Amino acid sequence: MSLVELKGVVKRFGTNTVLDDVSMNVERGEIIAVIGRSGSGKSTMLRCINGLEPVQGGTVVVDGETVSAPGADLRALRQRVGIVFQSYNLFPHLSVEKNITLAPRVVKGIDPGTARELALGVLRRVGLAEKIDAYPDQLSGGQQQRVAIARSLAMQPKLMLFDEITSALDPELTGEVLKVLEQVAAEGMTMILVTHEMGFARRVATRVVFMHQGRIWEEGGAREVLEKPRTPELATFLDAVLH
Amino acid sequence: MIREFAAIDVYYLLLAARWTLALTALAFVGGGLFGIVVALMRVSPFMPLRALGAAYVNVVQGIPLLGWLFVFFFGLPILAGVQVSSWVAATIAFSFYAGAFLGEIWRGCLQAIPRQQWEAGAALGLGFGEQLRHVIVPQAVRVAIPPTVGFLVQLIKNTSLGAVIGFVELTREGQLTNAATYRPFTVYIAVAAIYFAMCFPLTQLSRRLERRLRVAR
Amino acid sequence: MNYRFNFRDIWAQTDFILEGILVTLALTVVTMLSGLVIGTLGAAARVHGPRWLSTMVAAYVEVIRNTPLIVQLFLVFFGLPSAGIRLDAMTASMIALGINLGAYSTEIIRAGLEAIPRTQVEAGRCLGLSGVQVFRHVVLFPAIKVIYPALSSQFVLLMLATSVVSQISAPDLFHVASIIQSRTFRDFEIYAVVSGIYLALALAMKLGFAAIHHLAFGRR
Repeated sequence: MSLVELKGVVKRFGTNTVLDDVSMNVERGEIIAVIGRSGSGKSTMLRCINGLEPVQGGTVVVDGETVSAPGADLRALRQRVGIVFQSYNLFPHLSVEKNITLAPRVVKGIDPGTARELALGVLRRVGLAEKIDAYPDQLSGGQQQRVAIARSLAMQPKLMLFDEITSALDPELTGEVLKVLEQVAAEGMTMILVTHEMGFARRVATRVVFMHQGRIWEEGGAREVLEKPRTPELATFLDAVLH
Repeated sequence: MIREFAAIDVYYLLLAARWTLALTALAFVGGGLFGIVVALMRVSPFMPLRALGAAYVNVVQGIPLLGWLFVFFFGLPILAGVQVSSWVAATIAFSFYAGAFLGEIWRGCLQAIPRQQWEAGAALGLGFGEQLRHVIVPQAVRVAIPPTVGFLVQLIKNTSLGAVIGFVELTREGQLTNAATYRPFTVYIAVAAIYFAMCFPLTQLSRRLERRLRVAR
Repeated sequence: MNYRFNFRDIWAQTDFILEGILVTLALTVVTMLSGLVIGTLGAAARVHGPRWLSTMVAAYVEVIRNTPLIVQLFLVFFGLPSAGIRLDAMTASMIALGINLGAYSTEIIRAGLEAIPRTQVEAGRCLGLSGVQVFRHVVLFPAIKVIYPALSSQFVLLMLATSVVSQISAPDLFHVASIIQSRTFRDFEIYAVVSGIYLALALAMKLGFAAIHHLAFGRR
């Protein structure tokens, strides 16, 4: 059984159809890069996967849990599915440690001592162990985003979703975040990334999905999708983005 | 017999100001309790709770404070079956009234916290109550302090109407002093000055807190 | 609860109640107008006036906003006669309410004027518009849009606050209530009914202001 199964998903905002019959399967260990113009539905699709957005048609099944069903236990699911946002969304009133240990302590009941060890562990993986007691407003954008990644990793998810996490960063800070992503990928995490970083997609992704007007327009291995576009829409998009 | 307005009268006015502050404190605590409940009701995911909270606020804010004072003053004895002192009537009426305003202020502060903070909490698996407790309320409290201090000023001024139901605070004491000395201008200037001395520092504090909050964001 | 509610005595006084409503509304309208005038002048003084005038207006606003309305009312009605100015209850009410609303309006209008970014005014000037033209076309309409919600809420608050003039026996709705109380001894009922009337008036005012807002500022 696939880790993520989207079947005929339809999502509307009012009269605007943002996702128009989207079907996709994601297996364990895959790294999926989702690309496309703004408004193509990529972020919405991501947010449907962990239930942040309800769907009007089709089904979303993640790790055996039918997310799209009315009685779905989203809280339990979200402990297994991590998400990192474009605007990091760190909790400004909590230190880095507290940001990371909040969910493990409150939701999983881990004691503070073990939680701090856990926090140090994930911070080492993102290269920020020394910032454990700092506050978000003392960190750069790239550092905040890495803490956000660490925060999600601390819950030991099976799947991680990344919603354009480098788009809000200054160019020189993007590199450090991408390096962390490559490392998380190398550790075997299943990842779905909505991204504009084509170089990263070609290097790291096992599959690239191109979305256009709410549909999956093309998908396949990174090299073939990015170098041999089969549809004019993808060709135009790559042309605009890559030069 | 008319007597002269003397320093002793100012002293009595100051003593009466104590009751103004006491009533304000009681109303603030009582109103605070009502206010927390109302604010939480208005941001809850349950429609009936939200509607009830909204009804409470709109009804309370749509009736003059004098109206509420008299409704409680004459209504409480009917409910309780026994005479109610002006202290009790005033405290309950002011708490009830303040609760609506504090509830509105605090609701605004809760809603001022960006949606992404709720999402970040939810995405980590926190439930509604946990999100409120660990993520939203701590941030909202910081934002709430300046307008809450500003509301204290309103509350102090509002207690002046307690005089109308016989509660002896600063304004009532002023009326009594005026009856004894027939010096309305002097008496009420003194009364106004004492209110100003109580309110103005709080107004300034509220402004300073708000400036500091804006700088910090 | 042994109390027997009796509203019939109150329905018998409907004409009297109506008079009270009219007085309350009249006071509200007159005060809104005078408050607007004072507020506009005060805001202009604060934003564009010379230093000494701005400070005086600021002082006026601070004094009014940090003292209770009822005390201001007593000062005008009971205090002024000491200086030789004797006023009837209605006139004193209008003066006290006007001065009070004027202070709050000054602040609201000032905030509205200051909300227009300087860059807008510069742009207008660079297009060749004169100062007055800039004010009229660039500042006024957006400023009114900003001011409108705060000012209309203040007006509703004002209508409710007019109840305080009952304490100097001005014949407003609340004073009518106390007279009916002394005639019928139906304490709770009369104040409950009158409170309900205020609530209806407040609702009507809010709806009216919302309608005007929609007409004036609705989607073009």
